[in-house]
Amino acid sequence: MTRNSLSVRQRNTGLIATAAAAVIFITPFLYIFFMAMKTKKEAALFLFSWPREWHFWSNLTEVIMARNYMLLLAYMNSTLITVGAVTLLILFGAMVGYILQRRPSGWNRLIYAGVLVGLMVPPAVVPTIWVLQGLHLFKTLQGMVLIQVAYGLAFSVLLYRSFIATIPRDLDEAAIIDGAKPLQIFVKVILPLLRPVTVTLIVVQSIAIFNDFTNPLYYLPGKENVTVQLTLFNFQSQFQSQFNLLFMNILLVTIPPLIVFVFFNRQIVAGMTAGAVKG
Amino acid sequence: MKQRPSPYPYWFVLPAAVVFVTLFLVPTVASFWFSMTRWDLFTAEFIGWDNYRQFFKEPFLVQGLVNTLIYAFVTSATKSVLGLLLAVLLTSGILWQGFLRSVVFFPVLVSTIGVGITFQALMHPTKGVINLALSWVGIDGPSWLSDPGLALYSVAFIDLWKGVGLATLIYIAGLAAISPDYYEAARIDGATRIQQFWRVTLPLVRPATVTVITLSLIGGLRSFDIIWATTRGGPGFSSDVLASVIYKQYQAGFYGLATAGNVILFLLIAIIILPLTWWFSSREVDL
Repeated sequence: MTRNSLSVRQRNTGLIATAAAAVIFITPFLYIFFMAMKTKKEAALFLFSWPREWHFWSNLTEVIMARNYMLLLAYMNSTLITVGAVTLLILFGAMVGYILQRRPSGWNRLIYAGVLVGLMVPPAVVPTIWVLQGLHLFKTLQGMVLIQVAYGLAFSVLLYRSFIATIPRDLDEAAIIDGAKPLQIFVKVILPLLRPVTVTLIVVQSIAIFNDFTNPLYYLPGKENVTVQLTLFNFQSQFQSQFNLLFMNILLVTIPPLIVFVFFNRQIVAGMTAGAVKG
Repeated sequence: MKQRPSPYPYWFVLPAAVVFVTLFLVPTVASFWFSMTRWDLFTAEFIGWDNYRQFFKEPFLVQGLVNTLIYAFVTSATKSVLGLLLAVLLTSGILWQGFLRSVVFFPVLVSTIGVGITFQALMHPTKGVINLALSWVGIDGPSWLSDPGLALYSVAFIDLWKGVGLATLIYIAGLAAISPDYYEAARIDGATRIQQFWRVTLPLVRPATVTVITLSLIGGLRSFDIIWATTRGGPGFSSDVLASVIYKQYQAGFYGLATAGNVILFLLIAIIILPLTWWFSSREVDL
């Protein structure tokens, strides 16, 4: 399996495949970057080319100021939704995963059924809007946060459950003998040990919620509630003739996941392959 | 006889259960009722199976259903085959292996809307980079996203580009779990690399294959945002899928019909995934 054991032909196939993969997967990102720097006129040509003039700052400020600083509002809303939802997902997910793993009972089947349903079943959108309206949560950021919690819970619970299975019960027992209350055991003994899986979950769920387009489209209509993905979608029709600005917007939406990816590569891989090897 | 209260109280489950039940289970259960009504969110008038009848009578709604199946099958099949090939390539110790893994995986993390808009430009019939490149080698490229016979497959290709990295990642984890002893034994028996792939890799990477197929099928059947960002179901209804039909009916104010579409999507996923899961688990290999 080492490089030495490869024949020349295999080596060449590898090189060709490598070059092809690099071209196919990198070109679109270079394209976004170049387009975002061009003038309006040059961008309209759609060419994959080095920009003749670099208009980074002017394009950036123009996109940010468009529609009365809508992009800034969008970033603020998206951040609020992401932070709120991920916090609750961590807390609720850990609590359910903990009980599920530590206290086997007939209820577990019900919880597992719920997890399975949550992973597989597509949300019934219009009835959800009906429920949100009844609770006065439709078109509100709070409502959006709770929706993301409801949709992301199953994944959090599964990840926490399998991680908590690796924490020896002796730790709980020791705390119980010391007279700790249930909540104290959870907060002081268990939660600190969950750090690795929590970091994974924060990263993976943040990216998913930040990139979510469909759910805000349904549950968060209206100008004052725009999210980053919704603004990008709306700019598509507004910037019909200003592709440099449209691509600057795409660039701005792509950078946060890139930064997260560079710093948390390992955690993302762990989260994405969780449960992959063993059903 | 009073028992000591458990150190693992059930109320820990309560906050999660309240959110999940009210915002996920209640709407799901309610959808069965509302799909049989004419509904404006305030009053619902029972009309029996009319919405479903309409769904299977209107040609464009039926096309949405057929397209959903085609789309899910095409994306799932291509992702599992190419994902495995890429994973084998990216575990064979080639140059820049780590960097290439990142490059293949990164599109998974990028905004679907951003990817959709980018490919709209790349696939432009006259000015797009793809057709420009094809014209250099003398090929007259088609209108990828505006040809009714091609649009759905072009969107499926964009989905493949964006999603194959996840399949690759899962396969890489699966390949890493295969003990080198098997390859050692196969080599001693004189197996070629191709034989090793078919006789050792493929059977032993099965758990990863099951995950990739299941995940990409569910994702493909539910797919909405990539289609909405590129073709909005067009031209005509040629690239409409169930999820985009649901959104269009919702926009038009046909809430009962939209909900019927939702129930059909739900049943479709259940009909495909449950037997598949059962079939996969019944053929588990023993080692």
